Amino acid sequence: MTPSLKEMETHLSIALEHGLTEAEWEHILKALDRKPTMTELGIFSAMWNEHCSYKSSRVHLKKFPTMGPRVLQGPGENAGVVDIGDGLAVAFKMESHNHPSFIEPYQGAATGVGGILRDIFTMGARPIALLNSLHFGAPDHERTPYLVNGVVSGIAGYGNCIGVPTVGGETHFHPCYNGNILVNVMCAGIMKADEICLGTASGVGNPLIYVGATTGRDGIHGASMASAGFDETAADKRPTVQVGDPFKEKLLLEACLELMAKGAVVGIQDMGAAGLTSSSVEMAGRAGTGLILRLDGVPAREDGMTPYEFMLSESQERMLLVAERGREAEVREIFERWDLPIAIVGEVTDDGRLRVESGGEVFADLPVGVLTDEAPVYDRPMVPTRELPETDPLETIRGEIDLGESLLKLMGGVGQGLKSPIWRQYDHMVCTNTLAGPGGDAALVRIKGTKKSLALTTDGNARYCMLDAHAGGALAVAEAARNISCTGATPLAMTNCLNFGNPENPLVMAQFSAAVEGMSEACRALDVPVVSGNVSFYNETHGVDIYPTPVVGMVGLIEDSAKRAGQGFVREGDAIALLHPAMAPPLPSGGAHEYVWMITGREGGRPPAISLESEAAVQGLCREAIFSGLLGSAHDLSDGGLGVALAESALSSRGGGLGANIRLPECGGRLDGIFFGEVAARILVSASPDAFVQLQEMAESHEVGCTQIGRVAAGSLRVEGPDGALAMELELDNLMAAWSGALGGIL
Amino acid sequence: MRFAVIVFPGSNCDHDCHHAVSAVLGHPAALLWHKDTDLKGAEVVIVPGGFSYGDHLRAGAISRFSPIMKAVGDHAAEGRPVIGICNGFQILAESSLLPGALHRNTSLRFICENVHIRCETLRTPFTREIEAGERLRMPIAHGDGNYFCDPETLAMLEDNDQIVFRYCDEEGALTAESNPNGSMGSIAGICNREGNVVGLMPHPERACEKALGGDDGLRLFSSVISAAVS
Repeated sequence: MTPSLKEMETHLSIALEHGLTEAEWEHILKALDRKPTMTELGIFSAMWNEHCSYKSSRVHLKKFPTMGPRVLQGPGENAGVVDIGDGLAVAFKMESHNHPSFIEPYQGAATGVGGILRDIFTMGARPIALLNSLHFGAPDHERTPYLVNGVVSGIAGYGNCIGVPTVGGETHFHPCYNGNILVNVMCAGIMKADEICLGTASGVGNPLIYVGATTGRDGIHGASMASAGFDETAADKRPTVQVGDPFKEKLLLEACLELMAKGAVVGIQDMGAAGLTSSSVEMAGRAGTGLILRLDGVPAREDGMTPYEFMLSESQERMLLVAERGREAEVREIFERWDLPIAIVGEVTDDGRLRVESGGEVFADLPVGVLTDEAPVYDRPMVPTRELPETDPLETIRGEIDLGESLLKLMGGVGQGLKSPIWRQYDHMVCTNTLAGPGGDAALVRIKGTKKSLALTTDGNARYCMLDAHAGGALAVAEAARNISCTGATPLAMTNCLNFGNPENPLVMAQFSAAVEGMSEACRALDVPVVSGNVSFYNETHGVDIYPTPVVGMVGLIEDSAKRAGQGFVREGDAIALLHPAMAPPLPSGGAHEYVWMITGREGGRPPAISLESEAAVQGLCREAIFSGLLGSAHDLSDGGLGVALAESALSSRGGGLGANIRLPECGGRLDGIFFGEVAARILVSASPDAFVQLQEMAESHEVGCTQIGRVAAGSLRVEGPDGALAMELELDNLMAAWSGALGGIL
Repeated sequence: MRFAVIVFPGSNCDHDCHHAVSAVLGHPAALLWHKDTDLKGAEVVIVPGGFSYGDHLRAGAISRFSPIMKAVGDHAAEGRPVIGICNGFQILAESSLLPGALHRNTSLRFICENVHIRCETLRTPFTREIEAGERLRMPIAHGDGNYFCDPETLAMLEDNDQIVFRYCDEEGALTAESNPNGSMGSIAGICNREGNVVGLMPHPERACEKALGGDDGLRLFSSVISAAVS
């Protein structure tokens, strides 16, 4: 059928305005054997942009291991699903909302939360936890306080209202994000393992049903906006940011879960980026069917909307579902009880075409396969990443070195400072499952009705990736798994947000490819499949790209919630030890990146060396020691090395009153390099003297190093050099004051 | 002891309250939809926290018109126990079952953290097992918890022993730093003149298990249970 000619005629220049390339336009003409209508062109631009098509990343993403004995659903659906035993499964995913959050921080962040929640309950899972990973510009950049406050209150505004606890996350500040912040949000939900709902439109003749909020003109071209860099017109894009309504989403969540529990749903999909277009095309694409979509039935919040606008609106809190024919009344009853609009807007067909009708005319008639399978895939050119000088900038720090003063400064800076001014604004306790909330290595959320808990964390290290994307990618996965292991949980699987610059820049593409390879290697070595994820390209402003920032979201499982550990010291007199690779010194000197950055503002040298085999061994020992009840505390070494880890274990002790007496091990090299050096595969633990003896035996049988470096002591943090000379002594009250006030100037 | 937990569209602490009284304390509890019109034999009514109607217009302003609120009002008028927690307190205040109003926190921010509160009176069914002046630790999680009333009402609350909880520090002292939201007189919870209707901003249902960081909240629920038995 030839579609309506009521719309403006399309041509190449309109296609270019829609972000399509000339080659893509030619491809469309050939595939259709005619010019597309305006509505069809809008649909192509929505489906073929970077955000929806993954056209630049797809060839690389294939490297991720995605299979595992527990994996029930890997990438490609609304979220990944992993079996956790007892007939239960966890669904989880992470997504970016970088561009909208930079343009309009409150709504950008809020709708990011709304979108990821829908991805989870669309699978049939009840969301139980939210996390985030936030990267802002320099703390003294003029826009930073505005963006931080907007993003944090947006996340709080949405998550608190819907009643899903925000249990963890990370917040970083670096000038490379001055013009392009990163807002990544993650959600996990619990479901019955045999009740997964998929986004498929199967069963010819089944009704296509629209539920949730009405459709307006908001967010048109949001996905295209997310597929381009920023320039001085960024503020003009504000109208492309959607507005969230968490109350409506709460109703939608309850209604959808109730409906899915009844088994009347054949397939369901969130209307996220590119709204009605991507949800209908993807559902039909997965099922190999076609769809008729009658726009006259779509509940609208504005008059006079065109088919083009209906198809591209990104109004929030909407779902498209296919129900079993004959059960329409059941669906209607549930949604009307929850006071939500519902409309039958079409049906499943067998011709593999998406037909969009309005007022008795056809506005689009496209083969679904052209939109999905024939979407362009680019293996973009790469250039070898530049070789950075290997010299360690630590050597530029000369003269008198005061370890205590430096630690105080680090802990009082925005990098390591207490983030509670942020997470105090998030309801992290609602649902009464939060065993460990924000501020630890990983959050712990119990599962009522079982003894199990889930451990959840988000981790990334852009500096390491900037220095070496391959190593940085591997280190991000290793650190996330280490954080999970420090609670006693076994890593199950991960999701990710790959935040990069412009993929048309061969250097960025090379960073992307290397980071994905590094991550994949670590995933294999640590037995952590990737079950979902998201790519965000075009994180650039005026042609300057952000540091490559892959963020890992990982989920682990504790079988018995009583067998867990926290990062804070628990008893005076406990032995403090480092778990480390057997063949390596407890603390090699050097690579004190965070310390060097604070003192000199320089970045360079190499990221920490990583042996994935030792990483797995150290983490395995930590988990078994916690399971056997040997550890009082466990905390991983990361930014700021041993110094920061010790300070955090002290400040996280009950009341912040337990410090330590430490004698640094003989490792060679500068004292500040040992104390602040950043190393992989190291965990700081404490154990009672009796348990420590058992821990040493266990370490030996695991072929992992376990070196005592001191004891837990009340009131202060005292460190001696390897020769016994006093290197620093800090009263914990002073440390606490510096740490607690770190974000004072921003929030 | 039969509990009813009222569910409004947007309630999100309803299941937490249900879990505390049923799973933790072992008493029958029913979740009642706001469009219901009777309490189905419940002896204690819990109006839970959350964002009923998305806090549209004003927190609690729309919920007070829900059909179930007539039954809750009747239950209260009969002198039987009603407790409103967080948004539940806001709803009871909007319904005039309790005096005063909850303003925006002085920081203008949502705050979620553990606080200390001091029990000021034993005359309510929810506090009769708590010692006067005893200090309890439990979380708050709200953006609008700043208790406000006119001076006459405040005098009345003081004179009639209607102030149930005040925010305090670890030693039980009332200080500016320990008042998280700017509440008048550090008020965290009040009751009606008769003492059977209690509203408070802190969340006792989140402090009912040691694994979650403390179980001081149990004291309120076990008080009302033993109040009925005696």
